[in-house]
Amino acid sequence: MTVYLLCFALFLVGVYGVIAKRDLIKIILSIGIMGYAANLFLILFAYKHGATFPILTGGKVSPMVDPLPQALVLTSIVIELGTTALLVALVVRLFQKYGTFDIAKIRRLRG
Amino acid sequence: MMLPLFIIIPLIAAFLITLIAGKKDVWGIVLSVVASAAMLILAVISFLNVNGETIIYEMGNWKMPFGIALVLDSLSGYMLIIVNLVALTAIIYSIQYIRHLGQDFKYYALFMLMLTGMNGVILTGDIFNLYVFMEIALFAAFALVAYGCRAEEYEAAFKYAVMGSVSSIFILIGIGVLYSATSTLTMARIAQTVPNLSPQIILWVGGLFLAGFGLKAAAMPFHAWLPDAHSSAPAPISSMLSGVLIKVLGIYTITRIFFNVLDAPAVFLTIFIVIGTISILISGFLAIIQWDFKRLLAYSSISQIGYILLGIGLATPLGILGAVFHLFNHAIFKSLLFYDAGSVELALGTRDLQKLGKLGKLLPVTSGTSIIASLAISGIPPFNGFFSKLIIIIAAIAAGQPVLALLAILGSILTLAAVMKIQCYGLRQDVDVEPREKIGLGMNIAMISLAIICIVGGLLVAPGIREVALDPVVNVILEKAEYVQTVLGR
Amino acid sequence: MSKPKITVIIDPDIYKDTPRPSSDKKDTSKPSSGKSGMTLIVKTVTRITVWMIILYGFYIILHGHLTPGGGFGGGVIIALALLNVLLAYGRDFTQKWLNIHLLENIESLSALLFVIVGILGLFVSGSFLANFLSKGQLFAVVSAGTIPLLNIIIGFKVAMSLFLVVWVLAGIKMSKGDAA
Repeated sequence: MTVYLLCFALFLVGVYGVIAKRDLIKIILSIGIMGYAANLFLILFAYKHGATFPILTGGKVSPMVDPLPQALVLTSIVIELGTTALLVALVVRLFQKYGTFDIAKIRRLRG
Repeated sequence: MMLPLFIIIPLIAAFLITLIAGKKDVWGIVLSVVASAAMLILAVISFLNVNGETIIYEMGNWKMPFGIALVLDSLSGYMLIIVNLVALTAIIYSIQYIRHLGQDFKYYALFMLMLTGMNGVILTGDIFNLYVFMEIALFAAFALVAYGCRAEEYEAAFKYAVMGSVSSIFILIGIGVLYSATSTLTMARIAQTVPNLSPQIILWVGGLFLAGFGLKAAAMPFHAWLPDAHSSAPAPISSMLSGVLIKVLGIYTITRIFFNVLDAPAVFLTIFIVIGTISILISGFLAIIQWDFKRLLAYSSISQIGYILLGIGLATPLGILGAVFHLFNHAIFKSLLFYDAGSVELALGTRDLQKLGKLGKLLPVTSGTSIIASLAISGIPPFNGFFSKLIIIIAAIAAGQPVLALLAILGSILTLAAVMKIQCYGLRQDVDVEPREKIGLGMNIAMISLAIICIVGGLLVAPGIREVALDPVVNVILEKAEYVQTVLGR
Repeated sequence: MSKPKITVIIDPDIYKDTPRPSSDKKDTSKPSSGKSGMTLIVKTVTRITVWMIILYGFYIILHGHLTPGGGFGGGVIIALALLNVLLAYGRDFTQKWLNIHLLENIESLSALLFVIVGILGLFVSGSFLANFLSKGQLFAVVSAGTIPLLNIIIGFKVAMSLFLVVWVLAGIKMSKGDAA
């Protein structure tokens, strides 16, 4: 249970960063932290005490952890990689246009 | 046999465009027009083929509860027609509009990727696969919002990307909770085990999915990104985002997951009604005070999403019918209004309503189609918007909620006021304007074809057509046991 | 299809032209390398290790169906090897060493090949992405039907995309531009 609480704390760190930070790069990092918390959460669901990695090696079959969440996490890591790259590209362009990383100064759209 | 084509065709088109269209932009246009036209034809054929049945396609020959399956039922077929119809007109419209912005082939490749994602979301029967396709569509949408390379577009795209990623993480956690509770990712299997779950888990999962998909649908408390993103994007992309994307990623997924999988928990239906009503009223007021043509339309989109959510939340057959029909109508007339806004912007270089005027002579097609779309969106009788709003209002009264019906009528009046602002100030004001560019044939064809659908679309509820077109869709949403049985049975 | 790709990307002739680790020659032959690249130590280590890293990436890709890793992991490793060169030697050298346009084409082509393998499954075995080749013997390197093939394709795709993403991002001049 402690592990899940710690995982939730990590998620909250990410949420705090997205909401409270004004620096664009820190917002991207916070989104990354939220994603890691989600991935950790999936892995924790799959974990079974005393089980081994879910790969057949030719020997005898021992109890394994659930492999499906690990595959999901792999996919979601790839997706987060894409998100991060896209966000960084947008931030670079925003810096070119506005000359700042401060989100409070990037306010040309209103209403 | 036909189902994977909806994903294969746009995917091949996207990568072929990046491969061969780098030298000649014409190929990008040809390939994307051919691909989207082919998909529209396929979508119509498959909707007629389905006819209330369910078609399952097992990817890679993996049998049903284990592999990933594509599921085509009436709801999917209906959504496919809407998506590919709007996409075809948007591409025809883009031929002139995007040349205006330069760097064509990347645009068409991204457009095709967005289409891949949306078709995938509609067709898939696996909840994690839905997440992946959703991300494909969203990435393409982020990049397309920023396509015009102006400062405002980057700003809007960044906001959209941050909100979109956060909501995706919520959805991922929801999928994780659902998987740990049911040990499967196939939606029909999840639906089978849901009655055995404790209501608390349903509450958690539903809350996470509501936050995630609600953000994508831009219902009122989650709407902050929509006016920026939809007003900054290029006009055909605005029409795709506002007309189709928020419905596929928001409304379709909500109906599929909450009705077919989670078995429509009553508390969430109430939440849908509440946020739907809030969306109708507040964004109706916010739309009236806007002076930017596209921003006004974007706020009005939130208001119309509110109508759809209200109809879904009522969860009576009549309410669902109204919601499903309004979904189609809104896709048509909101896309048409965004095309009008885009052609005004292309011709005059501005979309500030105070600087426009006398467009009746200058842009006859734009002005004429915008009148049709405005009347349709505000619910004036002969057009399609009237019937769907009427059905939702009648459903609210029939469900014993006359207050909601009154609020919906009030929202309709607000919409009327907002679009009349466009008509009075924007198109008929006595201001002299200088045209910069002529509106070409492609853009006019796109606008006129959607205007025709606006006029004849009302016939979908006519007796005889309704039994074929709308009733099977409503049945799919309401009959949960049937979904499980048809997907898993055999 | 894969053979000409490798020979052109990893062109050994250009690679041999790198300045020897002697200070006077570096200044005359490649004035930009001193400015844009890193120190001599980093360059030497990169030159020794880059092929090993690429080889390890291919190993991970080819054993993807037997051990942890696969197309994505191996592709990332190959991309990191290329990025090592970019970081150590600078942008100008990397542009000469690699044909960036060709990398872009490989990226699109590999995605296309993936779909084509999927369609072959549709025609041969009746279902999209079906495993139409012989499964072979368990734990052999050539086994598991189309999965190693798809791993190789994904490996190329990931390597090229990841490298190009960083390449494009690193190429943007971070000046303030037309700031408001």
